[in-house]
Amino acid sequence: MTRAGVHGTDGMHGMRGMRGTQGADGAQAAFLGMPAFPEAARRAVHDPVLRANLRHATHTIRGRRARAVAELADWDRLRAAGKAIKDHTLRHLDRYLVQLEESVTAAGGTVHWAVDAAEACRIVTRLVHATGAREVVKVKSMATQEIGLNEALEEAGIASYETDLAELIVQLGHDRPSHILVPAIHRNRGEIRDVFAREMGRWGRPAPDGLGDDPRELAEAARRHLREKFLRAQVAVSGANFMVAETGTLVVFESEGNGRMCLTLPETLISVVGIEKVVPTFRDLEVFLQTLPRSSTAERMNPYTTMWTGTAGGDGPTAFHLVLLDNGRTDTLADAVGRQALRCIRCSACLNVCPVYERAGGHAYGSVYPGPIGAVLSPQLRGTGSRVDASLPFASTLCGACEEVCPVAIDIPEVLVHLRERIVQGGPATREGVRVRIRPARGHTAERAALRAARLLLDHPGALRAGERLLARARRLRPRRLPGPGRAWTDSRDLPEPPEQPFRDWWEQRERQDERRKP
Amino acid sequence: MRAALFVTCVNDALHPRTGVAVVRLLERLGVEVDFPAAQSCCGQPQYNTGLRREAEPLLRRTAEAFAGHRYVVTPSGSCTAMVRGHYPRIGRLARQEGRGGRLEAYAEDLAPRVYELSEFLVDVLGVTDVGAYYPHTVAYHPSCHGLRGLGLGERPRRLLAAVRGLELVELPGAEECCGFGGTFAVKNPDVSAAMGADKAAAAAAAGAEVLCGGDNSCLVHLDGILRRAGSPVRTVHLAEILASTEEEPFA
Ligand code: SF4
Repeated sequence: MTRAGVHGTDGMHGMRGMRGTQGADGAQAAFLGMPAFPEAARRAVHDPVLRANLRHATHTIRGRRARAVAELADWDRLRAAGKAIKDHTLRHLDRYLVQLEESVTAAGGTVHWAVDAAEACRIVTRLVHATGAREVVKVKSMATQEIGLNEALEEAGIASYETDLAELIVQLGHDRPSHILVPAIHRNRGEIRDVFAREMGRWGRPAPDGLGDDPRELAEAARRHLREKFLRAQVAVSGANFMVAETGTLVVFESEGNGRMCLTLPETLISVVGIEKVVPTFRDLEVFLQTLPRSSTAERMNPYTTMWTGTAGGDGPTAFHLVLLDNGRTDTLADAVGRQALRCIRCSACLNVCPVYERAGGHAYGSVYPGPIGAVLSPQLRGTGSRVDASLPFASTLCGACEEVCPVAIDIPEVLVHLRERIVQGGPATREGVRVRIRPARGHTAERAALRAARLLLDHPGALRAGERLLARARRLRPRRLPGPGRAWTDSRDLPEPPEQPFRDWWEQRERQDERRKP
Repeated sequence: MRAALFVTCVNDALHPRTGVAVVRLLERLGVEVDFPAAQSCCGQPQYNTGLRREAEPLLRRTAEAFAGHRYVVTPSGSCTAMVRGHYPRIGRLARQEGRGGRLEAYAEDLAPRVYELSEFLVDVLGVTDVGAYYPHTVAYHPSCHGLRGLGLGERPRRLLAAVRGLELVELPGAEECCGFGGTFAVKNPDVSAAMGADKAAAAAAAGAEVLCGGDNSCLVHLDGILRRAGSPVRTVHLAEILASTEEEPFA
């Protein structure tokens, strides 16, 4: 059941799905209370079922993506083109957003601007209330999860139904998504069958008796469950993968067709989209239509690409609202190194190749954006004030696998190191449009002191040599377990055996012997 | 041909045998080796942990220690990647932050002269058969900085394949990180150890007696995991295998 749904359209939260009781702020607060990455990851590492699910799923997608990308002789150029389009757009974002607003308005849509999650949720809630509807169907969308829209609507008495298969699994299971593209990647077929059998009846058409765990059977149960919701829905809520400034066209990539049902059947369509999703011209889509499907689902051509431009009489929704979401993006844009994260097209290739994600799972990232992109995006969108956000830039070995596969060439390791610097050393950042100076985080005091001491030692060869000799002399004292912070090494690894003498002593001895041998 | 050895701090303090092996190997190939004693650490631990400013004095020290040396050879992919990939960035940022262009000039001057060992052998000396003898079954782990950072490609494996007596076996998932990652190993010990255990298992499954690599920092981590698990697989640096001959076994 790892059939991909919508290609992570932009933004994500949705902590509790339809049973949620938390509003947007509540959802944010839930993340603020998250444990730091290493603690959350520990649980996942020692859960054999989860490890097996993740390993199987990521390795399968990884291999398929590699083959799909290798088919294109001009992949590197497509990648460079995607990067260039995004960089250009971000540099002139103000202009393109205004152009987009004009185009959407001219095509019969209405544009709203939301500075943060709370404002976006208020706008959507008001728009749904105005229709008189008590429920909405949802296209898989990262932006609506990011702002905790389902929870906010729930508080306002509006039920939201996720229609992407994997999102449905997450929502019915009162679970949290753990992957951008395949939110239920941490679940196997048996677990999904149990969730369907237990929960579907409470929200609509129940799962058939004796439901098995064959993927086709599960998909059929979901199809029937969702169909009645599609046919009844008055309002749909979506995100978008791209918005074209020139024409006012929005684009959603998906693999199931459920998104298209939502985008075409209801009377009212509300799309919540991050401001970085705009591209200048229709022609720019040419690049991403090639790179996004191959990177994310390893498909040559995207199965369902839905494009719409405002409203059209007698065809599709009669009312279209676009909510443009900032929620930390402008602050991110102000950072010369970090802004490249805004190029992301949410393909999730970086998650699928990440050895840390594979073992820690998506939930450890404490955000709707897991994996390498989450590690660079969340601490920028939300700041580094919480424990989990301050730990995310360190949740990487800097192995570079993410950068290698990224279809818009985001140098994720560079951004990670940059954010580490901001946390450990402090430095300038922009918060809510204001330049601030971040003070070094307290949690890193010991490490900072140790590395500074190491630097002093390393910068003084005399002291360095004394230290090396001390190590050599103490070589018989090699303990199996170290106390204090050293335990983090010795809990799982033996200590290396120190040598009899450092290299520089060996070299000097040899030099002296050579001298003596000289006539 | 003369070359300066940049042995790296990890090798100096913990793995001097690797440095000795490089000296022996290069001298066997007719290279005169210098060891500038002013050298120390490249500053990678500080830089990668977010202490860029702390790495600056070490950049300066490294550049000064190797000033005037046409070829600087180092048995470490990650330290080469630090000098080649990150030194210029550190220098540029120092200038942009108003601390002058001195560091940048140092970085730009040093970066193109530093070679990872297999690069130096294959690209500069033009050899793949270094005359080594090593009768063991070996799997090669291409550490991330060598593989993705430097693009070493097939160089190390070509060197190993030319060693007499050596049986080179495929390491499943070779391109995956071993989980060391500098301070990652202690900041995220559970994930780090899980990655290392998978790498160790891959080496054992490949039937290797020896897990070879070009970065002793990764090998210290893997060796610690193998030993804790009581595995018979040993970790050995590429230089030590290449230094071994029939007359003088090294590793
Ligand atoms: S960072 Fe790159 S690889 Fe990762 S999801 Fe975004 S576009 Fe895809």
